[in-house]
Amino acid sequence: MSLAFLFLFNLKMVAKGEKVMSINLSQPAVELRESRLKTITGYEGDAAELLSRNDIPNRERSFTQCGSCSADQVMNLLTQIQDAAVVEHGPAGCAGDIPMRNGVFRTGNKRMGYNVHNVKYLNTNLDEKDTIYGGGAKLEKAIREAKRRFNPKAIFVTTTCASAIIGDDVPGICNELEEEFGIPVIATLCEGFRTNIWATGFDSANHSILRKIVKPARQKQPDLINVISFEHKFLYESVFRQLGLRANHIVPLSTVEELERISEAVATVQYCETLGSYLAAGLEEHFGVLEIKAPAPFGIKASDELLREIGRIFHKEEEVEKVIISEKEKIAEDLERLRGRLTGKTAYIAAGGPLAYSIIALVKDLGMEVVGTSVWHHDQRYDNDDERLNFLRFGVETYGNFKVGVCNKQAFEVTNAINKYKPDIAITRHLATVWAAKLGVPSIFAGNEPTEMLYDGLIRFGQSIDDAISNPAYIKNVAKHSKLPYTDWWLKQGTYSFLRSEQNV
Amino acid sequence: MSEIIQGPRHGCALGAQQTVVAIERAIPILHAGPGCGSKLHRGLSLAGGYQGAGYAGADAIPCTNMIEKDVVFGGTDKLRDVIEGTLKIMDGDFFVVLTGCTADIIGDDVGSIVSEFREQGVPIVHAETAGFKGDAYKGHELVLEAIIKQHLKPAAQIEEGLVNVFASVPRHDPFWEGDLNEIKKLLAGIGLKANILFGYNSGGIKALEAIPAAQFNLVVSPYIGLKIVELLEEKFQTPYLHYPVLPVGGIETSKFLRTVAEFAGTLSEQTEKFVVQQEDEFYHYIVRAADVLTEYRLNQPKRFYNINDASYALGFSKFLVNELGYFPIHQFINEDVPEEYKDAIEGYFKELSPEISSEITFTQDGGAIEDKIRSIKALTSPLVLASSWEFDIAKEISGLHLSVSLPIIDRLILHHTYVGYKGGLNLVEDIYSRLLAKNRE
Repeated sequence: MSLAFLFLFNLKMVAKGEKVMSINLSQPAVELRESRLKTITGYEGDAAELLSRNDIPNRERSFTQCGSCSADQVMNLLTQIQDAAVVEHGPAGCAGDIPMRNGVFRTGNKRMGYNVHNVKYLNTNLDEKDTIYGGGAKLEKAIREAKRRFNPKAIFVTTTCASAIIGDDVPGICNELEEEFGIPVIATLCEGFRTNIWATGFDSANHSILRKIVKPARQKQPDLINVISFEHKFLYESVFRQLGLRANHIVPLSTVEELERISEAVATVQYCETLGSYLAAGLEEHFGVLEIKAPAPFGIKASDELLREIGRIFHKEEEVEKVIISEKEKIAEDLERLRGRLTGKTAYIAAGGPLAYSIIALVKDLGMEVVGTSVWHHDQRYDNDDERLNFLRFGVETYGNFKVGVCNKQAFEVTNAINKYKPDIAITRHLATVWAAKLGVPSIFAGNEPTEMLYDGLIRFGQSIDDAISNPAYIKNVAKHSKLPYTDWWLKQGTYSFLRSEQNV
Repeated sequence: MSEIIQGPRHGCALGAQQTVVAIERAIPILHAGPGCGSKLHRGLSLAGGYQGAGYAGADAIPCTNMIEKDVVFGGTDKLRDVIEGTLKIMDGDFFVVLTGCTADIIGDDVGSIVSEFREQGVPIVHAETAGFKGDAYKGHELVLEAIIKQHLKPAAQIEEGLVNVFASVPRHDPFWEGDLNEIKKLLAGIGLKANILFGYNSGGIKALEAIPAAQFNLVVSPYIGLKIVELLEEKFQTPYLHYPVLPVGGIETSKFLRTVAEFAGTLSEQTEKFVVQQEDEFYHYIVRAADVLTEYRLNQPKRFYNINDASYALGFSKFLVNELGYFPIHQFINEDVPEEYKDAIEGYFKELSPEISSEITFTQDGGAIEDKIRSIKALTSPLVLASSWEFDIAKEISGLHLSVSLPIIDRLILHHTYVGYKGGLNLVEDIYSRLLAKNRE
């Protein structure tokens, strides 16, 4: 069976939006990171070189392990909206992420004291017949069921590899039902094969929210600030309370009504360009909500700069200075103690692009050395291309140059690197920590909730590292009783020896 | 038209990757989209009691991560590169190439690529496991079929007492490893050597290659594994015993062991002694629990719902009816059961005991399950043996909920089992610990 010809036909139907402005909301499909941000997923070098150029060609690999996809990251945001439904148009396996997303959603609601309930999600369960005759009728039925079962305020309809290749007209079906239901029914195009840069899924979700949910401000609310994050609303809480600001935490755990009104905030702050670049820039360009142009608040200097910029925008410069002084006083003793214990220890960091650069600030503030980093992708520009948002620049200028490998979440490369450097600690995100543990290297998993932000976050993070290093009994047990799935040959090769040369791209 | 799904549970056929990960030192290689492997790992292993990566699972699984240009131009060259890389980088004894939707829709000729390597002596097979073909149970069968057809050779000699066991589906059923090892121990008690194929100390490729040498094959499930043993009978003339009830507790386990021993020809005074002794110990503890099990102030959950796959729903229903004196309300079978097996499964539930039967519904859709439950007036606070999707509906009907079916996101499961005498005791402990905690916390 080959439906390739159908696919080619379908390709012509997909609008490949010409780049006009940075955030183009006219089409259902978001412009991909490859062209929009010149994002790369394969590179070996250092931070200074990455900073000096914005035209580095991508290097592909001749061997790869399972990555992630846009459809996965779309769900990271859309399923977490309290009263929106998501209909995923694909085979049932594409829903593999949903049970754990439900877990995250329930945990978030529980922590915040909100009503704890399941995600409002349906899958069209495409079968073999649908791949031949099309799945449009089934999709329409599923959207109607989503309306009946969940009575949602909006319905997001997402695509997958299978539904995109067979060429079902998802935007067309959504538009018809939107008119009938009188609520937004939004085609969110995020099929996995479209890009190898899975962070594009965040952009697809945010693109849909900007296009169809956010309404023009009725009235600006002078004390309201949007915070783009995951399920960790408590992070900025104490600081904002001291400054008399109200925080609007988006997107997870928001309601549709709250999202409609994010245009009424004065400014938006985010902590990770991978997650928030598109939404923050879109809010600024289309709804006049300023993006706070400062590095994410990881480590002391960045926290100072971010809070001062917030102070400037909200005319609270004096209050901010007081907060900075009092927050620093609160952590002084613990910071001193942790620095005493951690100075000179080495760390390897494997995380998403900007966040890995942010973690460097924490590690350095604690007196530690960074032996190397693996980042999943590298954006060579941001949607709001303002140098004050460039954490890589901030990191290099504040803390010095460091090695960078762009590895697209490839575990074999990260494992190889950790084995070479034998750091005192490995800090990873989105990658099983067990691989470092099998090497006997204490590792901590910095999950989606970066509790390491701001001043007290530095202490929380430092304490986690100290605990992991000080009693590595469990890690040593794991190492002693397990084996890595890699050959000795591979562990001795250069970490990036399976990257093709630039010419072969 | 297949039904839509709320509360997804059993993944897709590419979930076969979990079967491969469960074979010791085997390496799955996916020819699929970039997100498939990660999602299926999380949905089937992580959400199944936090099973971890295994030897070469999760983000260690080699994958072609097919993108747009592969869809347009085909991805076979990329697959060849990834297999070559795998052979250098990954330390494995056996390799299984699995295709996802993208590869199967565009029609990549994976078979001939894999043959190139097999002809060079690489122990490698492939299975077409596109997600749209069915759920992960289907994928489990497809990968076993591929191994049998492409890798296994007739045995020089049949090994008396060796039995291949097809029961709990590895890394998909959250209790698979505990269950398979419990079955292994029980069969040892009646003089048989169980080849469980998957999990700790199961033997890896050697265990697979020993399949044709078995005296017989044993399927312990209403239907999963039947296709496999029928294929093995056809290919190697190995007889099989189909035992449809997953044995939980004293009555069923003793019946199971006697049936198997008789089929195997090992029934003797010694095996009978083993069965009697095990059963005796089981009832020692059941008797000890009498004070709690007859305590009426605790609001005993005397009526039950099972929301599970056919195998556990049947095993648990039999246990609750015949060992604890419970009554079935309605049972939901939530995997994609092939039409040909549905009548037989309904029949098993009609004869839970001589007097007690249960209606069942086949559905993969959590919404349909909730609608049905809401339509039934509950006499008492019922027991809901289900997945983590059912926290809310159980609360709504004041039920006692225990997560025993995928997805289980509120329990860490290592070697816990619900099979055999031990499994029955575990189930009683778990149900009544929930009940007591609910009342006493």
